[in-house]
Amino acid sequence: MRYLTARKRAEGKGAAHTGTERHWSMTLTAVGLAFMVPAWLYIFGHALGGTREEVLATFARPFPAILTALVLVIGMRHFAMGAAGMIEDYLRGSARKMAVIFVTSLAWLIGATGIFALLKIAL
Amino acid sequence: MKGTDMAEAKRVERPLSPHLQIYRWHIPMLTSILTRITGHALVAGVLLGVWWLLAAATSDAYFAMADAVATSWFGDLVFTGSLWAVWYHYLAGLRHLYYDAGHGLDIPTAEKLGLICLIGSVVLTVITILLVQ
Repeated sequence: MRYLTARKRAEGKGAAHTGTERHWSMTLTAVGLAFMVPAWLYIFGHALGGTREEVLATFARPFPAILTALVLVIGMRHFAMGAAGMIEDYLRGSARKMAVIFVTSLAWLIGATGIFALLKIAL
Repeated sequence: MKGTDMAEAKRVERPLSPHLQIYRWHIPMLTSILTRITGHALVAGVLLGVWWLLAAATSDAYFAMADAVATSWFGDLVFTGSLWAVWYHYLAGLRHLYYDAGHGLDIPTAEKLGLICLIGSVVLTVITILLVQ
């Protein structure tokens, strides 16, 4: 008689070794970005190509500044999780760990740099 | 229910799928992998955009340098490519949410949705460029 249940034998065999939390987080960030990205593309596209004074004036306003901050933070979270998912599909062992650490760090670095720039412009 | 358990420990002889390179590309396959490719390629546009914003926040000289790159042919290439990538990823993401809700999984609908992603992303890219010019 087998005491190992079907669930126990299946657990941990998936690529990510976790449950559905990341899928749900990807859904949440995707929906958030879906609402914000069109307006943000318009704002960024308008600002691009302007003089420094025009760019500073744009991102000093509350709506563009807050929207850019949200798109950056939520976008980088979405990117870090998506990139980790891809790495877990294609790499194993130490290479997988190092690649996940790299993309997670890159996402935080981009987010922090963008927020720093926004704070310096807006405040 | 013997033999139908997905977690059955014993190996079942299943047909092997042919190697990916000899598959004929079809729309759901192409549009699925393009979602991942565009999502990751977008990091190039984000890097250039954030660097440009940091330069704007820093000084006139730094902005002049970053802006020259961002508005050069290279910057145009990165930002135009990123714009298409973001719209493609956007539409494919919406399709993902629709699939997740259990809809559109039959082949004719999946192919139609794939075509909408491909054509729609180009249309939205052109509209955005015209709007922000």
